[in-house]
Amino acid sequence: MTITTKTAASEADTAANNSVQPILQMRNINKAFSGVSALTDASLTLMPGEVHAIIGQNGAGKSTLIKVLNGAHKLDSGDILYQGNPADFNSPHEAQVAGISTIFQEVNLIGYRSITENICLGYEPTRFGMVNWKKAHAHARSMLARFGLDLAVEKPLQDYNIAIQQLVAIARAVALNAKVVIMDEPTSSLDDKEKEVLFKVIRELQASGVAIVYVSHHLDELFQICDQVTIMRDGHTVAQHAIKDISKLQMVAAMLGRDIADFSDQTSQNAAQQPFSEVLLEVENLAGAGVLCDVSFKLHRGEILGLAGLLGAGRSEVARAIFGLDKERVKGKICVDNQQVSYDQPIDAINSKIGFCSEDRKEDGIIPQLSVRENLTLALMPKIAKNGLINETKEREIVTSFMRSLGIKASSMEQPISQLSGGNQQKVLLARWLATEPRILMLDEPTRGIDVGAKAEIQNLIKSLAKKGMTVLMISSEFEELVDGADRVIVIQAGKSVSEITSENLSENAIVQAVAHEAPRSSLTKGSAA
Amino acid sequence: MNLSNMLAAIPGMSRHNSASVRTEGVWIALILMLIFAGLRYDAFLSEYNIMTFLSYNSMFVLIGLGMCFVIMTGGIDLSVGSVVALSSVVVASVSHLGIEVALPVGILVGVGAGAINAFVITKLKIVPFIATLAMMLGARGLALVISDNQSVPVSWESNFTQFGLGKAFDFLPWPIVTMLVIFAICWVLLEKFSFGRHLLSVGGNEDASKLMGLQVDRTLFSVYIISGALAGVAGVMLASGYGAGQPLEGMGWELSAIAAVVVGGTLLTGGVGSMTATLLGAILLGLIFNILNFENGLGSISFSAYWQSVIRGGFLLVVVVIQAKIINRQTMLKS
Repeated sequence: MTITTKTAASEADTAANNSVQPILQMRNINKAFSGVSALTDASLTLMPGEVHAIIGQNGAGKSTLIKVLNGAHKLDSGDILYQGNPADFNSPHEAQVAGISTIFQEVNLIGYRSITENICLGYEPTRFGMVNWKKAHAHARSMLARFGLDLAVEKPLQDYNIAIQQLVAIARAVALNAKVVIMDEPTSSLDDKEKEVLFKVIRELQASGVAIVYVSHHLDELFQICDQVTIMRDGHTVAQHAIKDISKLQMVAAMLGRDIADFSDQTSQNAAQQPFSEVLLEVENLAGAGVLCDVSFKLHRGEILGLAGLLGAGRSEVARAIFGLDKERVKGKICVDNQQVSYDQPIDAINSKIGFCSEDRKEDGIIPQLSVRENLTLALMPKIAKNGLINETKEREIVTSFMRSLGIKASSMEQPISQLSGGNQQKVLLARWLATEPRILMLDEPTRGIDVGAKAEIQNLIKSLAKKGMTVLMISSEFEELVDGADRVIVIQAGKSVSEITSENLSENAIVQAVAHEAPRSSLTKGSAA
Repeated sequence: MNLSNMLAAIPGMSRHNSASVRTEGVWIALILMLIFAGLRYDAFLSEYNIMTFLSYNSMFVLIGLGMCFVIMTGGIDLSVGSVVALSSVVVASVSHLGIEVALPVGILVGVGAGAINAFVITKLKIVPFIATLAMMLGARGLALVISDNQSVPVSWESNFTQFGLGKAFDFLPWPIVTMLVIFAICWVLLEKFSFGRHLLSVGGNEDASKLMGLQVDRTLFSVYIISGALAGVAGVMLASGYGAGQPLEGMGWELSAIAAVVVGGTLLTGGVGSMTATLLGAILLGLIFNILNFENGLGSISFSAYWQSVIRGGFLLVVVVIQAKIINRQTMLKS
């Protein structure tokens, strides 16, 4: 089912043979949130001086594992052994005092205080009860000097960029005598040069025997800096490997829960009856929004185009850029109907009949306080309201017809949307856009977090819409869904469109090969992944 | 029993936003108090008391309704009390031109203040609390400057004072008529117009609203202008009802307005709200004062103004706690 799995126990045996004790062991950790399991029998063994990567898709349980480790969450069952003794931290602070420090994505230091204060806060050197600033500054300087950094430690932290702030956070951890440092996506906001500095610091820590837990979705990085990798999926730690024994392809396969051999070479059944010819949307050299550096593709009328890529590759950012979100941050050319367009805000995109169903239903999809009816017709107000007065008869007709045609299950159209199941909420959001009769519908993870039955229904719905002439841009991290649904797939890697897989070559295997392909190529090469 | 249910039974009068609030708590409190006061004080249910009570509280209802719009978007408007004072001073000085001129002028003063609030909030991205706090201080200062810290007498020759003291058809005081008309407009605006949907949506989930192409800034702009305009009307009522522009009146009224909204069950976090509940909330808060005045009139106990405020505060807390319990129980029953 999965690639070879070593258990924590066998790993521990190996460790014992080498007569080095693990600094930290998590064994059979279980954790559930209001009945929903987030971690199931998760295990992690950490040796001193090792950089240990944890990888997995969104929702695989990486952050929960970290939070159980650093005391932010209480575990339901399982053991944590720290330096050979059972450990039970009630808060991240307790863990920190014991020597386990966490460096979060968003640096959790105090921006408007000086670097010295940030490093020394809570244990400032004092003299006659007053802070001895001279000594404190010297201490801060010496901590940073270890990493080859020479900063004005009296200046407020916020005067420095994120990379430096992160290093200050690490310096604080080291100053607090950390034995384990947990880093959550440490490179997500760093450029290449800053990354090098960080890696140097990590190697320095490693040499002094500190163990590092390194959570990242940038798989290429792991080969540069990590020794071990633990792969998580659906709350399980499915595999642990020495980094030198595993390929990127194997990592991706394990994250998706598949054996490489299992990836079907079965090509898609949707070979188009006639080739799509009319280009409806064209994107050229899209860059910006933090992650995008060069994305180009064409979308034809009546086509379902899939966007594939790993987490953080920039798939959602492409759709957001087209839709007029993050306008000021995006460069590049977007053409609809061979006309170059530049939408300042979503309403402009909606007016030219583009819809966008976003990835996160809770965050920017539903209005939880409003009913099914109100949620469904919100983007439709210009159509059903005359001079602002809502035509309620028309509204009810529209809602009734969509609830029927999409099979939305609710006690009535007046039920608050927050009480519906995920699948039904998703259908309401789909209906919201369908009601605007878009020419192009962009769907970001249309079936995430919904049950199998509803999933199939939504997938079939998308297909039948395309048959009726709608053009769909479908973003999905499930390759199976793309093979099943899409006519063609564009693979995005680190903000670049690296390859195109046409319908005759479209298979899970082709996608996984393209996604895990080592060096991102700069230009779009047709069918290269097949 | 429940007016909103009774209204719902009438075709076309049903509530059209599900983001409504449960008003049972306010209704129960209101009815219990009416029964108590009706039995205890002879003159309580007299026409005179009812009319005076409602006339006086019209001003609070108006600024409460405006506040409700603002709070539904997740904002707050602390400037309404000062805007009432500013409006009253300005309209007093034009009162000789008659109510036909004075009322639009008063509304304009409020709209102006509201537009500045809205500009600072949506364009300069200052949080509503701070932006309207600045307007609260500024408008108060302006009222004092214009009036030279004196109350500004109004003209009794023109029809200006009719607006505050006269009666429609020799029966219903104009402030009550104004209040009912404005309440009806606000209700329709919230329940029947896309504007109401938009503001609840913006208050409920701003990111999602943006993604749906709603004009978030325009919606926010409108609510602060409405709140200002209603404070402006309340200022006209104040000047014409008291025969003078009052630069020092309206202190703390913004808090009464917030209290009325909250007692009605509207959440300060935005996304839900009800005009009916706000109307009831404002009346309930006014009723406490009315009852305490009657109690003082009986002579056995005497509550000073200070004690009245303490009692009102305590009462506010009790109603809000009861409301919270009802809402919690209902959400638990549903899930």
